[in-house]
Amino acid sequence: MRGPLKLQPKMKSKSVPLQEGYNFAYLDEGTKRMIRRTLLKAIAIPGHQIPFGSREMPLPLGWGTGGIQITAALIGPDDILKVIDQGADDTTNAISIKKLFVKTTGVQITERTEKATLIQTRHRIPETPLKEGQVIIYQVPIPEPLRFLEPREPETRKMHALADYGLMYVKLYEDISTHGRIATAFMYPVLVHHRYIASPSPIPRFDNPKMDRMPALQLFGAGREKRIYAIPPYTTVKSLDFEDYPFEIEKWDQQCALCGSRESYLDEIIKDDQGGRLFVCSDTDYCQQRREKGKNASPSEVVAMKAVRRKKGDETT
Amino acid sequence: METRLQAEDIQKTFILYLQGGKKLNVLKRVYLTLGAGECVALTGPSGIGKSTFLRVLYANYKPDSGRVLVFHRGQWINTVEADPYHILDVRRYTIGYVSQFLRVIPRVPALDIVAEPLQRLGLSPDESRLQAQDLLRRLNIPESLWEVSPTTFSGGEQQRINLARSLIYPYSILLLDEPTASLDEKNRAVVIQLIREAVARGTAIVGVFHDREVRETLATREFDVSTEGTE
Amino acid sequence: MIFSKEPLLKVMGMTKYFGDRVGCRDISFELWPGEVLGIVGESGSGKTTLLNTLSYHLEPTRGIILYWSEQQGLVDLGQLSESQIRYLMRTEWGMVRQNPREGLRMRVSAGANIGERLMALGVRHYGRIRKEVQKWLERVEIDTDRANDLPETFSGGMLQRLQIARNLVTQPRLVLMDEPTGGLDVSVQARLLDLLRALVAEFNLSLIVVTHDLAVVRLLTHRLLVMRHGEIVESGLTDQLLDDPHHPYTQLLVSSVIQV
Repeated sequence: MRGPLKLQPKMKSKSVPLQEGYNFAYLDEGTKRMIRRTLLKAIAIPGHQIPFGSREMPLPLGWGTGGIQITAALIGPDDILKVIDQGADDTTNAISIKKLFVKTTGVQITERTEKATLIQTRHRIPETPLKEGQVIIYQVPIPEPLRFLEPREPETRKMHALADYGLMYVKLYEDISTHGRIATAFMYPVLVHHRYIASPSPIPRFDNPKMDRMPALQLFGAGREKRIYAIPPYTTVKSLDFEDYPFEIEKWDQQCALCGSRESYLDEIIKDDQGGRLFVCSDTDYCQQRREKGKNASPSEVVAMKAVRRKKGDETT
Repeated sequence: METRLQAEDIQKTFILYLQGGKKLNVLKRVYLTLGAGECVALTGPSGIGKSTFLRVLYANYKPDSGRVLVFHRGQWINTVEADPYHILDVRRYTIGYVSQFLRVIPRVPALDIVAEPLQRLGLSPDESRLQAQDLLRRLNIPESLWEVSPTTFSGGEQQRINLARSLIYPYSILLLDEPTASLDEKNRAVVIQLIREAVARGTAIVGVFHDREVRETLATREFDVSTEGTE
Repeated sequence: MIFSKEPLLKVMGMTKYFGDRVGCRDISFELWPGEVLGIVGESGSGKTTLLNTLSYHLEPTRGIILYWSEQQGLVDLGQLSESQIRYLMRTEWGMVRQNPREGLRMRVSAGANIGERLMALGVRHYGRIRKEVQKWLERVEIDTDRANDLPETFSGGMLQRLQIARNLVTQPRLVLMDEPTGGLDVSVQARLLDLLRALVAEFNLSLIVVTHDLAVVRLLTHRLLVMRHGEIVESGLTDQLLDDPHHPYTQLLVSSVIQV
């Protein structure tokens, strides 16, 4: 996205040859322009869902086609792309998406959060704080946070238009009544710029505070539902709550078995057939960097890492 | 004697559309002036329109012409023309009516039905019920029935509940349609006593009393509704 | 009942067409605080259209609806924005549907159904909402243990009482009801009528009740509109209309009631 778009970009990745017969970044220039116009509108009205002409992509719907289309519309030859899925750079979904862009753009790929200019993500925000100039693109399955309680789309649109949001609290009320606390762990609804309620996509609520006044630009794409929304840098993002039941993030008694972090979001992994379990960082890059700074992995950690890889490879959708 | 109610030039015709538009000309130019402390007994042969006239006075029937002026909360109000909201206010504060039928919501206990007029006027539920108990006791309604819905009561008991509802609050005007019809001698005496007390307080009463003895005991004068013209 | 100097609602010449077809025509009436208005008439006579137009679920083709709002003084509903109408409908007005499944959210608990209007008005304190939920469940005679149960597990009479609680939690001044006792057992109907009467008295509430049941009309309403082919054929004091009907159609309606 930086600099003028070159139709014949120079190769960045030496191992994969640029695929013949496709336009740069797969989509045609007209479609990319349409998506960029939609993005501008989305940025101008933070948190408001804007319809767009979602295209067929060479991946199935539900594999992040909304995010891919935004990435395709923005990516330029000088960009450095990071793609994560559940926090990991090396799962099937992340790899497929990276391959698509390497083949059609030749851009440089990174796993290092701080080096990326574009980060496409499913289910997580990296632990490493994002900076000004970076863009994070979320894959969104269900863009409408009110749908659970009000399935009628014309009605939910009206509710957004009138900021008629009592219903959203009904869900939180139900949580407290049933579980004694707000139990919503993913897709925890947020109020963007004091106006629109939006879905943060299925990230854990652990990540919600990172969205508030984030220096990076946050873009959300729902391919199947043909909706785009955005949160510009430094926008106020508030997680909904009650006065007597304030918003809280998850906490663990454990630390990461690999890097020892007590601050990051942990995945629980079944280690063996005996039901042994351990906790590891969900953000693989963060975990890796901490380990590089620290000591080398012990043999038991190597076993753990293998278990982690197996597990994550299995559950990619 | 202060005038409480004035009926002027009341005419009432019923048109029965379901019977080919048959016309029943019941009341012809009736005039009545009623003062405080008066008990007027309506007379005339059966079917002459005594009950019809009572219902016109209560605004239950709408006359073809004429006015029914009621002295209500310090002003005269013509209930023939008044809005239902004002008619209901007149019924709440000024006119009580005892019909031969009891119409109540099933399930509501007799005590609450009798206490309701007081509660509607803002008296506390407890105080209203206390007064209702006194009255039911005087009217010989056994205590075992107080918490029961009167829909299951005998005719005499229902009539006494009806009377109690109208006697619990000192309306300035009472309209009584055969108030003692289904009562035995003992209870008839009680009801006569209660009505006399009301008259002594200055209540203005118009009634249809079929029983001659009751009529002669209570009425301060008689009025024939078939009389036409100015009173 | 507190006597008021001003009506609560004044409807003048309200008309609703669906294309060429008349929904309701030239509807005019007044409703006063604490008053219960009944609307009767055969099926298809425009009763439900009247309710929906009155509450601006449908926009009237012609006519004026004036409402004396507690918060905003005299308002012309036709001049309000959609969000103002919505606000009014969830603060000072209520709507009870014949089918409680349409008036309730069946996928959330009874408590959430009652609390929703409070949350929509900006109450953000769970404990306070919960307290109101308990209070209103008790008031409509539903066991407070049922607060977390889904409405799906309730009987028809309970659903209707829950729907009433859901509407009354913000203490509205006017509640529109479409056949509130329709489809209920006779004993359940009586209980509901008794409850409604008590609520009307307690909160000086005004009701507009669409029904085809003249027994309900007799026991609950003060004022009555008789409708036919989308128009009012006769209106007035309820017992006057039932005991001394003037219009041929009203006479037919009254004489058609089966006496028990």
